[in-house]
Amino acid sequence: MPGPTPVPTPDTAPYWEGAAAGELRVQQCTSCGEHYFYPRPFCPRCGSDAVEWRVAGGRATLVSYVINHRPFPPVEEPQVVALVQLEEGPRMMTNVVGVEPLPDNLPLGLQLQVTFEQRGEFAIPVFTPAEAPR
Amino acid sequence: MTSMHGGDIAVVGAAETTEIGSLPGVSMLNLHADAARNALADAGLTVKDVDGIATAGPLAMEVSHHLGITPRWLDGTMVGGCSFLLHVRHAAAAIAAGAADVVLVTHGESGRSRVGMAGRGPNPSSPQGQFEAVYGAQAPYSTFTVPALHFLQERGFEREALAQVVVAQREWAVGNPRASRRTPTTVEAVLEQPPVAWPFSKDMCCVVTDGGGALVLTSAERAADLPAGDRAVYLLGSGESAGAPMVSQMADPGSFRAFQLASAEALATAGIGHADVDHLMAYDAFAHLPLYMLEDIGFVGRGESRDFVAEGHTGKGGRLPMNTNGGGLSYTHTGMYGMFAIQEAVRQLRGEAFAQVPDVGISFVQGVGMFFAAAGSLVLSNRRP
Repeated sequence: MPGPTPVPTPDTAPYWEGAAAGELRVQQCTSCGEHYFYPRPFCPRCGSDAVEWRVAGGRATLVSYVINHRPFPPVEEPQVVALVQLEEGPRMMTNVVGVEPLPDNLPLGLQLQVTFEQRGEFAIPVFTPAEAPR
Repeated sequence: MTSMHGGDIAVVGAAETTEIGSLPGVSMLNLHADAARNALADAGLTVKDVDGIATAGPLAMEVSHHLGITPRWLDGTMVGGCSFLLHVRHAAAAIAAGAADVVLVTHGESGRSRVGMAGRGPNPSSPQGQFEAVYGAQAPYSTFTVPALHFLQERGFEREALAQVVVAQREWAVGNPRASRRTPTTVEAVLEQPPVAWPFSKDMCCVVTDGGGALVLTSAERAADLPAGDRAVYLLGSGESAGAPMVSQMADPGSFRAFQLASAEALATAGIGHADVDHLMAYDAFAHLPLYMLEDIGFVGRGESRDFVAEGHTGKGGRLPMNTNGGGLSYTHTGMYGMFAIQEAVRQLRGEAFAQVPDVGISFVQGVGMFFAAAGSLVLSNRRP
């Protein structure tokens, strides 16, 4: 088993259902336009409850990270624990995969693309370097 | 009228557990008790004098009952490692308001041996559990550390900036038998260690220990009548704030607004400026934190923290001696270090520290809690204004 799995709540179930369908879903406030993460039934910026789910483009930028060399069972080490910013605005924690976990391969600002890692019944959104620079 | 600030409330007892380090024979709850009894003895008081209790970790009533205290005031504020700074602030307000006369603040944690401790890790259905822990962002070394590269790059700093913090703080701990890491080191040696979570090597991460500490607070008026009244330490000002309980949701990964807000309120309520501070305790679970704090509190400008440390200003003879017990990086870190930061500030103000700084009149204590979630700040003095 490659890692821990989430326990969804009613508010977050659409996010995890989207992931299982290969979609990275975030919410957008239709009052102020803010995209936000993590899921909740109102806009954390303006307080409006006029919010809708969107499918994010899946593009993100590498903001910061560590390369964890300590065992985090059952995850194989080392693991890139990364903070990324979606092109829609929200930041999220993730893993960067599909690249040898070395600092030289992971400059801050690196363009990334979402992909999904299957864990049991869950698909976990992770990111891999985008194939072509934007 | 008694105020919570301005020196009307005093710390009259302060002590750590008799031993710190690796204590596999002592439960978490008895670490609280040992520290509490030491602090009460330091104050010349007994549990029968205590009518207020504050703690984090166990419930406040678990500690009060264990000690034989019947409280009329309880505070279980839990914001991680800086909880005890908030407890001091809340206790001062309670004493000033007449809701308590003598408050005991306790900390005990079997962080290394895990004796009598609850399990680790977040609730897997919480936002942290669903959106951070699944990525291995759960342990402090792989979570609290994540924003550091962004902080460094934004300022043009390299990993050396983290190593320089380690070296500067180690010098304070050299020879202290209570310190976990007490031999001198070099920037090169720290950089060459294998990474724990790159860019952090082992010595850029805090030690993991068992231990505790406790404080006894009462009014300055009552403090004057106690046998140890001449060793009282007065609360001049304080502040607290909080941001996102998830590192990934920090408003700005290169700065922590709660440090700015809590410290500004502490300085304002104390009625002092940065230049009035003689001594700084800056909670250092990892080596990037003192750099954030120096800048966010405003002791230096943005981008100036690295050189301030590298040039020796936080060391012996420096203009702002910082983390003079060696900090969490060298002295001790049970998991919630804030109590030890306060203890060292009190020792310095009393002139009783292992590495005593001459003429400390005002100490500033900056705490952080639950990674980059909460902050607490205290301004303490050995003189009542």
